This record gives sequence, structure tokens and C-alpha cells, in this order.
Amino acid sequence: MPNLKDLKIRINSTKNTQKITSAMKMVSAAKLRRAQEQAIAARPYAERMERVLGSLAASMAGKDNAPALLSGTGRDQVHLLVVMTSDRGLCGAFNSSIVRQARKIARDLKAAGKTVKILCVGRKAKDQLKREFANDVVGAIEDVAKPRLTFEAAAKIAVQIRLMFEAGEFDVCTIIYNKFKSAIAQIVTPQQLIPFALPSANENNAAASQLYEYEPDEESILADLLPRNMSMQIYRALLENSASEHGARMTAMDNATRNAGEMINKLTINYNRTRQANITKELIEIISGAEAV
Amino acid sequence: MADQVHFELVSPERLMFSANVGEVIIPGTEGDFGVLAGHSNLISTVRPGVINILDDGARVTDRIFVEGGFAEVNATSCTVLAERAQKVDEIDRAKAEQALADAREDVTDAKNDIERAIAVAAMEIAEARIHALAVSVY
Repeated sequence: MPNLKDLKIRINSTKNTQKITSAMKMVSAAKLRRAQEQAIAARPYAERMERVLGSLAASMAGKDNAPALLSGTGRDQVHLLVVMTSDRGLCGAFNSSIVRQARKIARDLKAAGKTVKILCVGRKAKDQLKREFANDVVGAIEDVAKPRLTFEAAAKIAVQIRLMFEAGEFDVCTIIYNKFKSAIAQIVTPQQLIPFALPSANENNAAASQLYEYEPDEESILADLLPRNMSMQIYRALLENSASEHGARMTAMDNATRNAGEMINKLTINYNRTRQANITKELIEIISGAEAV
Repeated sequence: MADQVHFELVSPERLMFSANVGEVIIPGTEGDFGVLAGHSNLISTVRPGVINILDDGARVTDRIFVEGGFAEVNATSCTVLAERAQKVDEIDRAKAEQALADAREDVTDAKNDIERAIAVAAMEIAEARIHALAVSVY
């Protein structure tokens, strides 16, 4: 029979934990809303970028002097994986599902005889990947979303990747992030960044069918546009990721709060029973003592 | 009333400007160009500089500094995609000059061609920003 004081202490500590988890849930909900707003704010830019790329793709079709960011190096020997996770834990399976996917891709590539390089964005990716792929991790970027996620931060990552690409350090670049579907569901998405797949011309029917003049010529515009597009893709991935992170944390904390509540109920029942049993025991003792007299 | 053109300035973080205006003058890479309603379809890159927004009476209503980007023009609308933009009135001269000094230093300190290219681009932006302050009205 557990004693009353211990039970009381456990109930109180569980209550404290519940307070923390429910506060974290509230904070995540607010952050999730902000992340979603940011993602919506980024949409007009992304849409127009896509439209311009679409019409460029239409007019570039059949030309073979496309920039390297678009056509690649012509090989696919060295793969760069950009693994995007959060800096902080306590968000359910969010980080581990990304890392699991990254591991799988890296193993598959290695099995196929390719070289794999890994660039970690976010502390968790580095922590979890450095054990198995210690020699393949070429860099780690932390605190991208502090104090808040800006386009600049994404652009910085893009420049770093581009510098590596121009130095010939890899042939194919893939980013792995969590696509935000809802607060409950996030989808791990690998997306190829270099060589970049242009939106095909027939998807952008209206815009692409219009004839545009280009100033300067198509190739120069494309050369200027592709790095920008890369920054944009990374920015979008980071936004999706941060929305997913907060969504995942919200769900995880919601569950934790509920579990703590259940535990408190169970412990309280236990506590009351024990108390009752003690009282009964004392009564029996008194009564039997009185009878003995 | 003359025909108007719908001008939008979009940055990745928000839609910065969206309105019907009389004319927009955009600093294209190959020279400034004005956009009126009925302009032919055009896609152009934009150099760091000032976008002037004019009303129907050809008076400048807004001047916005952009750090480069690109513009998409058709008969009824004009969209500029810029990573960073700010109103000319909101540029802080002291900060701008500091940025230029830093950028110049970076150019001298650059260790290789790639670093230099990035530093030079930053310097050009800083120079254009100072220049935007110097030229008051188009």
C-alpha cells in the first residue's frame, strides 16, 4: 500500500507537468498560426516566380545552353542531401521521421555506389545523423528561425549550397523537409533542388502561351532567376517545416496534456482509496480496542 | 481618366504594394523603362535602384528602393518581384553609408573570386541605395 504523502507528491508533480505541456501547446498554436500566415504571405511571390519560370521554360524549350543549375553537371555521382529539422525537441515524431527518411535515402544511394554528402539544417538533424554518417556530414546550420524565419536566412543557405555546387562538390542536391498538411499530418518530402525541374510549359497554359519579350535575353534572365528561385524554394521548405514543427508540437503537447490528466485521475482515485482504507483501519482499531475493554 | 496599370511589388515575405497607378518607372538591368497601360509583354531583370510610381497626372506618388529582382509586364499589369524593398523616405542615411563602407571593406578583404563577386554585388546595392537618397524626384 503506497503511503499518502508519496501519492500527494506524485499528483502535484504530474499537475505541474500538465501545466507546462498545456502552456507549450498554447504557445505552439500561436506560433503555428504565425507560421501559416507567413506561408500564405509567401504565396504570391512563389506563384509569380513559377509563372515566369513557366514562360521561360516554354521559350527555352529545345535550347541546350541552359545554365548548370538547371541542367546539372551531367553526372549524378555525388549527392548532397539537405536535411531540414527543428532546433528543439518535444515535437512528437517530427524530427525522427525526417531523419529516418534521410537515412533511408542515404543508405539507398550508398548501396547504389554513389557518394553522399549531408548538410544539416537544424540541431536535431546533426545530433541524429552524425552517429551513422559522421564522415558524410559536410556542414550544419543552426538557429535559422531565430528570432523569426526570414528570407535572408534562406538566401544564406542557398548561397552556401550554390558555392558548393560551383566548386563542383556535388552533382545533385535534394532537400528533405516536412510538408505541412494539417496540425496532425505532416508529410516528409524529398525535393530535388539541383538540377531544378522547371514547371512544364503546358501546366502554365495561360501565361506561357503569351509571348514575352526578354530583356536581357532568356539565358541571362534564367541565370539570374535560378539562384533566386533556389532561395525561394528553400525559404518555402523552411516555412513548411516550421509550420509542421509547430503543428507536430501542438499535437504532441495536446496528447501529453491529456495523458497527464488521465494519470492525475488515476492517482487521485488511488489516493482517495488509500485515505479511505486508512480511516477504516483506524476505526476498526478503535472499535476493537473499545470492545476489548 | 487615362488608362491605368495595375502595379504589384511582391517580396517573399509579403505583398508590398498593390494598386492601380498611372505609370511605373522601373530600373531595368539594361536601362530604366516606364510602364504605361498597354505595354507589350516583357520580362526583365531589375538592377538595384528606385522604382518610381506615378499617378495619372505624371506626379511621383511613391518611390521604392529595390535591391534587384525581376519584372513581368503585360498590357494591364506590371509585377515586380524583389527580395528586399523599402520606401526611399524610410532609408536611414547613416545606416546606408555604414553598409556601403562595410561592403567596400568586404570587397578588399575578399579571398577568392566568388567571395569578391558576392561582396561587389552587396557594394553595388549599397551604392544604389545612397544614390536613391541623392536623387530627390525623378
